[in-house]
Amino acid sequence: MSDLSRRKLITAGLAGAAGASGLAVAAGLAKRYGLIPPDHGGIYGAGETLTYAAHRLLTRHSLAREFPRSQISKNPFPNGEPPQDEDFKRLEKGRFADWRLTVDGMVARPASFSLAELKSYASRSQITHLACEEGWSFIAEWTGVPLSQVLDAVGILPQARYVVYFSIQRDWWDSVDMADALHPQTLLTYGMNGAELPVGHGGPLRLRVPRQLGYKNVKYITRLTVTDDLKRFGRGLGSASPEGGYAWYAGI
Amino acid sequence: MRHSALIRVTHWITTLCFLALLVSGVEIVISHPRFYWGEDGNVLNPPLFKLPIPASRSSVPTGYLYVLPDQNGWSRYLHFQAAWLAVLTGVLYIIHIVFSGYLRRDLLPREGDLSWRAISLAIANHIRFKRPSEESYNLLQRITYLAVIFVLFPLVIWTGLAMSPAFVSAVPVTVTALGGQESARTIHFFVSLFLLLFLVVHVAMVCRAGFTNRMRAMITGRAGTDREGM
Repeated sequence: MSDLSRRKLITAGLAGAAGASGLAVAAGLAKRYGLIPPDHGGIYGAGETLTYAAHRLLTRHSLAREFPRSQISKNPFPNGEPPQDEDFKRLEKGRFADWRLTVDGMVARPASFSLAELKSYASRSQITHLACEEGWSFIAEWTGVPLSQVLDAVGILPQARYVVYFSIQRDWWDSVDMADALHPQTLLTYGMNGAELPVGHGGPLRLRVPRQLGYKNVKYITRLTVTDDLKRFGRGLGSASPEGGYAWYAGI
Repeated sequence: MRHSALIRVTHWITTLCFLALLVSGVEIVISHPRFYWGEDGNVLNPPLFKLPIPASRSSVPTGYLYVLPDQNGWSRYLHFQAAWLAVLTGVLYIIHIVFSGYLRRDLLPREGDLSWRAISLAIANHIRFKRPSEESYNLLQRITYLAVIFVLFPLVIWTGLAMSPAFVSAVPVTVTALGGQESARTIHFFVSLFLLLFLVVHVAMVCRAGFTNRMRAMITGRAGTDREGM
């Protein structure tokens, strides 16, 4: 072996060792500051982690764009079918007077809210864009109670890290980190374009997370669970989306 | 031409990423092969245009009686991971070509290259299928590579970011400057087509210039064995 290639080998070895220890330090820091998504395993974990970490560093407090009323879409597309089961039909017949939202987990005062109770909180209306992962989109005015207000009412414990939300449709559940849960534009939505939220768009209650894609905006919300660990839910990937092959974080 | 190790490595990583982005991009597009202009658009609105292909989602009216298998999940994971790798590789490449002098020496047009005489000669040689020199790139090669590196790649990255609801919340001008999120998607599609066109022409030219020698040059860094400057 010539001197030159030996020197090259040593340099490469040192660079490799420095790189590996740098990565280890970065991984430690990322974990400590909550920059690792629950679906970080597997062959696409590196890309997902880079996206989520970059967004958490760059967009933690940024506000989704809001639009003038003139830009509201005339034809918002209601994707998917409303629930067909008897329970939902009975609730719909009663104009959702019996709809309940239960809040449990790492909260000081677990509670259950009717829609009327949710509407008694100060509401927020915002005209935002909703984009589906397929590529289509629409703009609508959404009215609801900020999720942060409901979380304030039940008193989240300091160790809380995620809010898991469940639909009356059993296959649909998802979660957001506290940055999105406490974000002022994250709404438990009950109104759309000045009227009740139509069933096709998730009425009576849909969680709007306007800085993430449509599939994160789960319809027919009945339960919120505050937690510090997503491993206890489903297959431990944070939501039903990664179980179906889709990224947990949909801010892209 | 002799390619440095960094050029060769970044070339092949970019190739791998581009193919991954292409395949996953096609899969993503077939879930909604309709395009719009402005901020919003969906199946209840007339599209700007639509691709005459079946879709992978039943909600899209395509005129076909069947729905393709839905591959969006892994395609999206792969698309964004490949995009990260391509961007990081691209940054490394740009830093390298700027500071090594490669950009000035081998990519920017040479002195005298931009006279009408030189331009028409380069075009005439190209039309006559005259094989380019192997010592350095001619004007058309330089302009093409510059356009891909400094126009198409930045545009495809920009329009991609403009479709990210979280990214545009932090940097709204990314999408407003393009006229809206659906405009960004439409431009992203066309820029990708231009990149695909570049790939096809690039491979055709490599074949024309001598596939084995060109491949050897880009893999091992050794120049061809046949006479140069044919």
